[in-house]
Amino acid sequence: MKILVCISHVPDTTSRINFSNQDTAFDSSGVQYVINPNDEFGLTRAMWFKEKQSASVDVINVGTSLTEPTLRKTLAIGADQAFRIDSDPKDGFFVAKQITEFLKSNSYDLIIAGRESIDYNGAMVPGMIASMNNMNFVTNCVKLDINENIATLEREIDGGKEILSCSLPLVIGGQKGLVEESDLIIPNMRGIMQARQKPLNVIPAFDCEFKTKSVKYYKPAERNEVKLIPSDNLDQLIDLLHNEAKVL
Amino acid sequence: MSVLVYTESSKGIFKKNTLELVSYGSELSKKIGVELFVLVFNVEDCSMLSQYGATNILKVDNDGLNLFENKTYSNVITKAVNKINATHVVLSSSADSKYLAPSLCVELDAGYLSNVVDLPTSISPFTVKRTCYTNKALCDSTIESNIKIIGLSNNSFGIVENKTETKIHDFDVNLIDKQIEIKSIEKASGKISIADADVVVSGGRGLKGPENWNLIEDLAETLGAATACSKPVSDMGWRPHSEHVGQTGKPVATNLYIAVGISGAIQHLAGVNSSKVKVVINNDPEAPFFKAADYGVIGDAFEVVPKLNEKLKAFKS
Repeated sequence: MKILVCISHVPDTTSRINFSNQDTAFDSSGVQYVINPNDEFGLTRAMWFKEKQSASVDVINVGTSLTEPTLRKTLAIGADQAFRIDSDPKDGFFVAKQITEFLKSNSYDLIIAGRESIDYNGAMVPGMIASMNNMNFVTNCVKLDINENIATLEREIDGGKEILSCSLPLVIGGQKGLVEESDLIIPNMRGIMQARQKPLNVIPAFDCEFKTKSVKYYKPAERNEVKLIPSDNLDQLIDLLHNEAKVL
Repeated sequence: MSVLVYTESSKGIFKKNTLELVSYGSELSKKIGVELFVLVFNVEDCSMLSQYGATNILKVDNDGLNLFENKTYSNVITKAVNKINATHVVLSSSADSKYLAPSLCVELDAGYLSNVVDLPTSISPFTVKRTCYTNKALCDSTIESNIKIIGLSNNSFGIVENKTETKIHDFDVNLIDKQIEIKSIEKASGKISIADADVVVSGGRGLKGPENWNLIEDLAETLGAATACSKPVSDMGWRPHSEHVGQTGKPVATNLYIAVGISGAIQHLAGVNSSKVKVVINNDPEAPFFKAADYGVIGDAFEVVPKLNEKLKAFKS
């Protein structure tokens, strides 16, 4: 089985978010970048398929050279080779188009992406790759098993879950649940040394359109100071929620 | 040109976000100056939508649509878009609609923005405000394609009453073959999902163990609320992942969010940022959550929560 894991390079979840260039760009100064957490759950599941079902695991990113440390980390975790499509991505459509172009000369049985990146939150790329390449698609995927050519999956739905089955080739949008937080792999020294030798192939981007554009960023409005209510006067809390906040 | 709103239903009943979606679609169609069509699958009585500006309803009745399947649904929506020559498609932010959106984009060669929180500030270029960085920021974004797909954030626009005459158009479609087989659906019966809830009661490590979750559940029952939890609580297996609220879990955009024994890590605060009113109950006055909350009670959850529950029961009756 050949697996491709799509990797987004995103600010660490603890990052404070600021903008530069008159609020038209993300201010990356002092920000630590990581593998998008939803992608990392998928990558870790891919490692399981590699170990138990002898799958090969490639990773791909559409990004500038700044994303290479993140790709090296995926190699240190255990991916076999990495591809970077050299471009500053404009939107999810652009990314899906670039990966579709890549798939014309590289075929996979399973493509794993995160259900969304934690920076842009677009939730577009895995579903678009599936539709552009006529592959099956399941998002919000919290469980994935593959037997022969058949996948059995669990999809989280609002208020429950759905058990699904379909044939490969398949694209999933993964999230926590595919593996547990405790299953995530911290690269060891051996992995880090091996990663230096593994191929990180840089591919030029092809000329393609985009459909959406981020124009200007804002930070949410400052909140009012919290109103503290003494723990022996909970009637006041109920009164405030009823009469002031009007939510009861 | 027209606006198409896709509504969701289950077993013949509209989902809760329907009225907000129709309200938004109605205001959007007025702003652009085009007709509004509301697409409805398998709901007998759509008369309530007339209260919220649904001038046209495109009604599909087909047993093959009783269960959601992405490809089948996106194919029917595509046919509806083509039939009425829609230029703007409005979807919700439910799990199903976020599943549909990218497939629709490819079928319709359309641009899609998720997590949209308001009407467009400009029609040309089409510009809307959406949340990004998991609610840590907002962004004015444009859609450049001819057909535009707007994913409206839950509970962001509100419900606008606007009584109107409604024309109902029956829409017959042939369904494509399903590629994905639905083996079973498990839904917790009698429980409100986080996505549908007006109120969410959430517990953190301060509750000391899963055996104390009756505190959260009792309070939630009194308020008709959904239950949720912080990341460490789901990582330790005290509660299922589906209840984990935060940057790598679920976002919560509810009217009232009550956090019990949650200190308020930045990832958790991001996940609840879109909630309207936040109440924090914590015995540590230094807990960062107090800086992000509207109301706070400094006190022991094991004393405060049962007392609050009793008082709320008295208030409700």
